[in-house]
Amino acid sequence: MQKYSVFSLIKNAFSNHEKWDLAWKDPTPKKEYDVVIIGGGGHGLATAYYLAKEHQITNVAVIEKGWIGGGNIGRNTTIIRSNFMYDDNARFNEFGMNLWRNMSQELNFNVMFSPRGIINLAHSDAQMNAYARRGNSMRLNGIDAVLLNREEVKKIIPMADFSEDVRYPIFGGLAQPSAGTARHDAVAWGYARQADSMGVDIIQNCEVTGFDIEAGKITGLRTSRGDIKSKKIGLCVAGSTNVLAEKLNMTLPIETHLLQACVSEPVKPVLDGVVTFGAGHFYISQSDKGEMVMGGDLDGYNSYAQKGNLPTIQHVLTGGVALFPFLSRLKMLRTWGGIMDMSMDGSPIIDKTHIDGLYLNCGWCYGGFKSVPSSGWTFAHTIAQDRVHELNEGFSLNRFSKGYLLDEKGLGTKTWIS
Amino acid sequence: MLNIKCPYCGDRSQKEFAYGGDGTIARPKLNQEISDEEWDNFVYLRKSPRGKHIELWHHIAGCRQWFKVERDTTTHEIFRTFKPEE
Ligand SMILES: Cc1cc2nc3c(=O)[nH]c(=O)nc-3n(C[C@H](O)[C@H](O)[C@H](O)COP(=O)(O)OP(=O)(O)OC[C@H]3O[C@@H](n4cnc5c(N)ncnc54)[C@H](O)[C@@H]3O)c2cc1C
Ligand SMILES: [Zn+2]
Repeated sequence: MQKYSVFSLIKNAFSNHEKWDLAWKDPTPKKEYDVVIIGGGGHGLATAYYLAKEHQITNVAVIEKGWIGGGNIGRNTTIIRSNFMYDDNARFNEFGMNLWRNMSQELNFNVMFSPRGIINLAHSDAQMNAYARRGNSMRLNGIDAVLLNREEVKKIIPMADFSEDVRYPIFGGLAQPSAGTARHDAVAWGYARQADSMGVDIIQNCEVTGFDIEAGKITGLRTSRGDIKSKKIGLCVAGSTNVLAEKLNMTLPIETHLLQACVSEPVKPVLDGVVTFGAGHFYISQSDKGEMVMGGDLDGYNSYAQKGNLPTIQHVLTGGVALFPFLSRLKMLRTWGGIMDMSMDGSPIIDKTHIDGLYLNCGWCYGGFKSVPSSGWTFAHTIAQDRVHELNEGFSLNRFSKGYLLDEKGLGTKTWIS
Repeated sequence: MLNIKCPYCGDRSQKEFAYGGDGTIARPKLNQEISDEEWDNFVYLRKSPRGKHIELWHHIAGCRQWFKVERDTTTHEIFRTFKPEE
């Protein structure tokens, strides 16, 4: 594999950049693999990469029905954070933060990880108390948390509406300074390119249509490009989890919903970090290009449509203008949507299943971008060793029936209630 | 924007309604022994199909009645709306 560097850039400039190697090959599916990963999003590609790198399992295929970067990995608003209260979520995501910090070097691909910080705004004394508690839990897990008062928040986002007669006056906020953003498709491309270089087959335009199961063991799968045999199959299809579960005769604690986002025209730097305005169902950051990147709530009813309805965008932007009045003068450039695998407690599932050799990775809700490295790392371990790692022990499939929910914020599939 | 026909009030904009999820889930009978598995099925497990879905909606800013809708989860086409007992 060609190493990307300033020297390779200069060298290729002499050939008008026409002689770069392909970032990954375009192989025809083989008859059999040691492991097949379904879904070439962030989680599937990272899993394949860590299978090869950490477990030396390289006879691996990633089967993607569309193209690399076409799913949620290329549709999210790129917030990376580990500001969780529960140990299972906090440890897992803080492990991921460490992988993020080295990702550009490790993948030899600039993923533009930018730890610019996140602030969750608070609008009452009770919420400040709840944030103090969450911040303390974070610190016990070695995660940076800073409780900000009103004046401190004002220094960071002076353009927000700090009047006292608004519906949700700003009392303060909880910040995680080490949180940030990254370039989402670079993450997919970086993992794909390195996985490919270690021998993983990345197969695009290939849809999985069925499974072969014999005596409780998975033996292979059917695809639009022929049958493939494998004794180990990992499901990483995010918003299509329920569709493939049906083919496996499984019913999961997952509902499929639509989440939208939008960006404004680019403007000069005005907002440094990420700000969430939970009370107004709104969050925002500014991209390196200058666009204001904004999102909010789910559309609110089961959906597989990869585009959303206008009332939700209107609702999001109403909240946005309430917090940052200057937004009312910006033009919106684009809106888009992605389908989300919403778990019933808002936390993911990374586990084995009742079918031998079938592994499940889903339930990412609208927070799975930040977990791409930690999920890939732990899922690769779960598949390679046929047992969960202590970092993903809490993300079990049976935690619902056992009553060990990880209901971090009381969200789940009916987020519009809270 | 969805246009939903409340069986009691007629065609109204989506904004008047709240969503209640899968309308085919039946609560286990009261005062009877049920297994953890049955309870798990009722509370947490959902098919969430791609395609036709029977779901509950609440005309919250209208007559405040609950009713059922058969809708396609990909195209959002609404095939029919009906009263819960129908
Ligand atoms: C608008 C929006 C904003 C978001 N913002 C954030 C954020 O700020 N921070 C954050 O952490 N997360 C965010 N998320 C969530 C995050 O994007 C997802 O949780 C995460 O990307 C899901 O994992 P993935 O990358 O593997 O999914 P995907 O990229 O969706 O990968 C799944 C892949 O499986 C493929 N597939 C499906 N069915 C089949 C089949 N039958 N055969 C073969 N392949 C199949 C799909 O084509 C797809 O490419 C956001 C999501 C959206 C939509
Ligand atoms: Zn009505």
